[in-house]
Amino acid sequence: MSVEFTFDGRPLTAQAGQTVGAALLAEGIRSWRTTRFGGRPRGLFCGIGVCFDCLVTVNGEPNVRACLAVVADGDAVRTQVGDGRDSGE
Amino acid sequence: MIGAACAYYAARAGLSVTVVDSGPVAGGTSGGGEGNLLVSDKEPGPELELALRSQELWRTLAAEDDGALGAAFEYEAKGGLVVAFTAADFEALEGFAATQSASGVVAEQVAGERLTEFEPFIAPGLAGGFWYPQDAQVMPALATARLLRASGARLLLGRAVTGLLLSGTGAVRGVRTSSGEISARYVVNAAGFGASAVAAFVGSALPVQPRRGFVLVTEPLPAMVRHKVYSAAYVADVSSSDAALQSSAVVEGTPSGPVLIGASRERVGLDRTPSYDALGRLAAQAAELFPFLADVKVQRYYAGFRPYLPDHLPAIGPDASVSGLFHACGHEGAGIGLAPATGEMIVALLTGEDPIVSPEPFRPSRFAEPGEVAE
Repeated sequence: MSVEFTFDGRPLTAQAGQTVGAALLAEGIRSWRTTRFGGRPRGLFCGIGVCFDCLVTVNGEPNVRACLAVVADGDAVRTQVGDGRDSGE
Repeated sequence: MIGAACAYYAARAGLSVTVVDSGPVAGGTSGGGEGNLLVSDKEPGPELELALRSQELWRTLAAEDDGALGAAFEYEAKGGLVVAFTAADFEALEGFAATQSASGVVAEQVAGERLTEFEPFIAPGLAGGFWYPQDAQVMPALATARLLRASGARLLLGRAVTGLLLSGTGAVRGVRTSSGEISARYVVNAAGFGASAVAAFVGSALPVQPRRGFVLVTEPLPAMVRHKVYSAAYVADVSSSDAALQSSAVVEGTPSGPVLIGASRERVGLDRTPSYDALGRLAAQAAELFPFLADVKVQRYYAGFRPYLPDHLPAIGPDASVSGLFHACGHEGAGIGLAPATGEMIVALLTGEDPIVSPEPFRPSRFAEPGEVAE
């Protein structure tokens, strides 16, 4: 079973039950957030829900942990800039 | 933090200092706090006097190196806003602020409809509040580390103090640690919630007990909470001697984005088990102050232990019986705020200078005087 989702508007396919982080990693995408101060790239670090490094915006909701959130059919995943609530989002 | 401040002022006075800690820097009492530098919650008396002196010293420290030191430990002279839900609470705040003003605290009354000028996202319909421009904030672990570094003191981490060494005349001559002995003319016990055990090495009574608190940490947000904001109930909680759970929300933003939500108080020993009762109450009380917080995610919480003394005053000064031994502990939840003035006082006592704030009310020997200490 596979599910369809988008990352920054680009259509992608994941296996049912995969987390957002696993699905992005499987597509070769390693970074989906930039830091609040230096604008540096971030992706999976601990991978087990502890470090809050892999935050991403899912369906407009910022600060979702990509390593824990299971990707659902039709999800719109977007790169999170800073705290995810900046006017540019 | 207290130890770091003692080290900093001792080194500046020309003393050679060694700091011994069983854990890492700020791994105990200081790492579990919020970094409040408050005068707003203190009634007139010796603690307020110490707090006002400390605010001056924090300002001076923060300004060092053209402000680089303050920036490094996230010093923010942001001010505090204490709010009242009811007219009766507002009236009580007014009375409290009037007594504080006579002691040098700046407090400005803010009518309910003007609260949004200070905090645009505060709950509507509050009775009013008081604005305390002297309240400030630091990041406590960074402040501890930066002060230690600035002191140039020798730092021995991961070494527990296991005993005090006494000379033939009964004066202190150093400490025994988990790996070797260290000679010293003076020993300052700044062991936070472990200070009682250090005093007990020489049979001194210093009844420091841990008073647990939880802090909730939200997801990072833009600057939506501008000052320290807490409800009038907090002042009563701080001064309570009850062992059971008390909680009242203290809400503040941080330079890195997350909002910190304290403050619960309970005496349950050194138990770090999460209390969902305490955490839930803090979250609900914070959302009463700032409704938008109801839709904000909490990323984590941490627990800390305030070093509590039964008369709510720290112990600062010489030991009741052992010459050369000094105590600087028991600041409960105000230790970060009171640290510089405590360090300054300890060093004045060590070097025979006149302390700027009278040390008499803080004398550790009060616990060796039966019947002297009121709850």
